[in-house]
Amino acid sequence: MKPSRFDYQRAETLADVHAALAENGNDARVIAGGQTLLPMLSMRLARPKLLVDIMHLPELRKIDAGRNAIRIGAGVRQAELLAWPELARHQPLLAAALPWVGHAQTRSRGTICGSVAHADPSAEIPLVMLALGGTIELSSRRKRRSVPAAEFFTGMMSTARAPDEMIEAVSVPVARANTGTAFQEFGRRHGDFAIVACAASVSRDSISIAVGGVADRPERRDFPVLDGGALDDALDAFAWQLDAREDLHATAPYRRELVRRMGRAAIEEARRCLA
Amino acid sequence: MPRLSADRRHRVRFTLNGRAVEADAEPRMLLTDFLRHELGQTGTHVGCEHGVCGACTIEIDGMPARACLTLAVQADGATIRTVEGLAPRPGRLSVLQEAFRRHHALQCGFCTAGILMSLDTYLRSHAAPSETDLREFLGGHLCRCTGYTPILAAALDAAKLLREAPVHA
Ligand code: FES
Ligand code: FES
Repeated sequence: MKPSRFDYQRAETLADVHAALAENGNDARVIAGGQTLLPMLSMRLARPKLLVDIMHLPELRKIDAGRNAIRIGAGVRQAELLAWPELARHQPLLAAALPWVGHAQTRSRGTICGSVAHADPSAEIPLVMLALGGTIELSSRRKRRSVPAAEFFTGMMSTARAPDEMIEAVSVPVARANTGTAFQEFGRRHGDFAIVACAASVSRDSISIAVGGVADRPERRDFPVLDGGALDDALDAFAWQLDAREDLHATAPYRRELVRRMGRAAIEEARRCLA
Repeated sequence: MPRLSADRRHRVRFTLNGRAVEADAEPRMLLTDFLRHELGQTGTHVGCEHGVCGACTIEIDGMPARACLTLAVQADGATIRTVEGLAPRPGRLSVLQEAFRRHHALQCGFCTAGILMSLDTYLRSHAAPSETDLREFLGGHLCRCTGYTPILAAALDAAKLLREAPVHA
């Protein structure tokens, strides 16, 4: 299992990346940590003609904590964000989800933005981006734009990024007071891709639940504060609205049942941290 | 760095186990193959070649990482340690390696190099890991022989010995 041939360029400036993408379009791929891309190359699910390495651009290696948002550059590795001492205080949902991303031995190199770029439907980081209402910052020679996570993930491993655009950073809002959050995941083993993962966020007047691993992209619903049977009904309706996948790990009914049960458990856990 | 063309071999240099090394690689060459075939360092094993089994785990810039999920050209300029670098001198094993031997933490040995490299980096930053921490951390490795129990015992024993006499690391 070896990748097919490609050229390799270590970008020295952002302009190098933009030029490579503008000139080569879909034949060029950005490589950051490579933890999703390398298996795709080795299995020849991707056959780019050019890889542009962005890990030597210091401007992309930064975590910026503003008053309202945390901006995570495209070169920030998952382990670096996890080791950032402010993470749990500024964004506890992200801190709770990151240990579920791959293994320590892949988080050491894999980036936050790389996971967003690949948009695997079972991946935790796209799910958290959607749950938190994060934004994706894209740039190209033509322009720069920010896309809300709810519009960015367009299907199985596909996104709103145009071929000449790169993800420069993602931003997530800083956690608000009076909000409780929780992250739960079910898989065969820790570190495997999720069969179902749930991110819940609860405030005094609303509940939001986002699920990954079920449909071809992460999905989110917002409810008013509900309890008991009414909450079960809302989760049941959500489970039926999802176009649940069948694969060798789980059937669609099994995934829907996990949405009902784990969704409820995650909401209750989020409530407890609110209390 | 200029664009390295696909069908040519390019010089790659890094520090391996404290020594400067160099050899040539096509851009598509995986770091596993570069270590084994170009540098002759066959201690790093190759299992699944897509990041799942952990056999190829080495240390890159102080962190455990999959050599099969890294291109040789990406590693240019890096500081790398492999299982060949663990023994303090010929004829003497590291504390962790000795513990593996005492506890029969290997049978066929296919997974061992990767597990040793993971644990070596982990124990340097976690002097007193719990069994739960270690189980979680070893989740990134597959062993088809031992059932993991002796590996956990060896890791806990090595951690204890390193706390008591850290100089023998
Ligand atoms: S060979 Fe690298 S993880 Fe299996
Ligand atoms: S000792 Fe044989 S696979 Fe681990």
